[in-house]
Amino acid sequence: MSITYLEAIREAQYEALRNNPSVFLYGQDIGSFGGAFKATKNLNKEFPGRVFDSPISEDAMVGMAVGAAVEGARPIVEMQFADFSSVGFNQIVNQAATLYWRTSTPCPITIRMPSGGTAGSGPFHSQSMEAIYAHYPGLVIVTPATVEDAYWMLLDSIAINDPVIYCEHKFLYYHLKADEIGTRTLPIGKARIARPGRHATIVTYSAMVHEALRAAEELQLDGYSIEVVDLRSVKPMDTDTILASVARTGRLLAVGEAFPWGGVTAEIIARVASEGFHLLDAPPMRLNSKDTPIPYHPNLWKAHRPTIATIAAALRRLLRY
Amino acid sequence: MLLSRVLEEKLGSLYRAGGRIVGGVYLGKGQEAFSAALGIQLRKGRDIYGPLIRDQAGRIAFGESLLDAVRTYLGAVTGPMRGRDGNIHRGRPKEGLMAMISHLGSLVSVVAGGLFARRLAGTLHDSVGATSIGDGGTSTGAFHEGLNMAAVEKLPLVISVANNQYAYSTPNCRQYACVDLVDRAKGYGVQGVAVDATDLGQCLEAFDAAVKRARNGEGPQMVVGHLLRLSGHGEHDDASYIPETARKGPSSVDCLPAAERRIIDEGWMNENELKDLFTEARGKVDQAVAKVSKEATPDPFKEKWQALSSEELAEGHHEA
Ligand SMILES: Cc1ncc(C[n+]2csc(CCOP(=O)(O)OP(=O)(O)O)c2C)c(N)n1
Ligand SMILES: [Mg+2]
Repeated sequence: MSITYLEAIREAQYEALRNNPSVFLYGQDIGSFGGAFKATKNLNKEFPGRVFDSPISEDAMVGMAVGAAVEGARPIVEMQFADFSSVGFNQIVNQAATLYWRTSTPCPITIRMPSGGTAGSGPFHSQSMEAIYAHYPGLVIVTPATVEDAYWMLLDSIAINDPVIYCEHKFLYYHLKADEIGTRTLPIGKARIARPGRHATIVTYSAMVHEALRAAEELQLDGYSIEVVDLRSVKPMDTDTILASVARTGRLLAVGEAFPWGGVTAEIIARVASEGFHLLDAPPMRLNSKDTPIPYHPNLWKAHRPTIATIAAALRRLLRY
Repeated sequence: MLLSRVLEEKLGSLYRAGGRIVGGVYLGKGQEAFSAALGIQLRKGRDIYGPLIRDQAGRIAFGESLLDAVRTYLGAVTGPMRGRDGNIHRGRPKEGLMAMISHLGSLVSVVAGGLFARRLAGTLHDSVGATSIGDGGTSTGAFHEGLNMAAVEKLPLVISVANNQYAYSTPNCRQYACVDLVDRAKGYGVQGVAVDATDLGQCLEAFDAAVKRARNGEGPQMVVGHLLRLSGHGEHDDASYIPETARKGPSSVDCLPAAERRIIDEGWMNENELKDLFTEARGKVDQAVAKVSKEATPDPFKEKWQALSSEELAEGHHEA
């Protein structure tokens, strides 16, 4: 028996619905159809009256979740693709994110965002929105990279009394498998050392963790041992774990799939530069997608995002310095 | 209509065969009459058209070339989207053919904006703008804001609403609570008509009249067509959620054979002449696909990785 990243997301929602009567699910095609990716398969049958097909109205979907949360519900909203959350942006960053600060009323909503690129998906079904939302005070942004984290971090997200943006990577949905969900992983806010190393640190998150691990294996053949830090949540960002890793290796490469201006990788570099400058033996580096919308054709898409090859090349430059 | 059906059948089979079509294929099967009836009312070069997911027929009627369609689906660099965007996300805005983004409802205000600018510049004359939406797309704020704005500005905008009863798997009853989507027109202060969109004759008459009213300065027009989506949402989807009752219901009529029967009954063409039309369409489609199959796909090393037209403002690489 093995379980995929996508099935872990379904299982976590099953558990949440089972254990907490105030949880309900709202999103397009998530009822009897089970969602565009089948992340809610059969949940409407198992929990009648708690899984709803919504109209194509992202703004209203989030707004209604906020209102429900005020009344004590713990709604999970599924965006069909993270990209469409831009239509609900106002309700997310202005309504949900400010509610507690303005009124002392917590806003326990979870917004699931199928994120990131897959071949042939093009500019409007591939985006990574974590940095946009992380910019706004009042939101927690999680980016699970493993099956275990997909499960436990979703349960934790639902339990948190604040709005959580749960970025699930579509590239990991089917091919990332684990034997079992396993025991509870680290709490949200703690990064994980995905691979220990001595010569350089890669800090990354979500699907890029796996590309980074493969690049690290490639450099192992050249005799370098590369540490890979999986952030798990980009906000809060576990600066202590990042600094401790850089203290061990003296070299930092931050890798992300999102657009290059600002963003998570820039935040990592800024923190290390200001709080751990003395730890660095080389200028910190970052690797992101290119500064264009995400292309449709696989030839272009593959070159737009960081790959094992470009990560390995960046590492070699970092190590040569 | 016919060319559209033949082309889409080809695209569907290329998708199923695997290989050059990456990503989705979205067909307009059953919606050709409704889509084409709007497209042929528009004059390429003078009117603005913003087609959506199921408007292959309208695109052909408007004058988009088969090559533009095939090149975009196959991601050829020679096409209007150069492999940067794919399938139905294509257009030539400078020629009045808007390139849809995925976010539903977003084109309504864009087409309205084109008309608004023409009026400001004194170049509107008798041109109109037209765009399409599905039943699901009418639930977006963008649709509401766009149509309300067009009505406030009294722009010559024709909006066609293809109510095919489903938005992906979601039936109408989970999408809206009015009796007929055409009831909304009144709320916006626009003129609305509803037609049986499986009947080419009704579609032609409705769009002919609506476009004329828009050209005459009577403000936005809404035409709602009732039909059934005869394909999956995309070719990846078997649409097993559509119940037998709907599949056999009055809206499930396929507009294409219905139109053929009418043509034969009226004596406008005989069966052999119709067959010849099909053969001709197949020839055109096969030729286009054969040609594009030999054309280059994008090369990341030749690609200009730049999203700004102002070269002097474009930043260099941010890469490590
Ligand atoms: C704002 C937004 N949310 C979600 C989607 C995902 N999506 C793409 S097509 C579709 C269903 C559209 O249904 P409808 O408007 O009825 O058009 P049809 O496919 O039936 O022609 C959905 C939910 C989207 N494109 N845009
Ligand atoms: Mg529909």
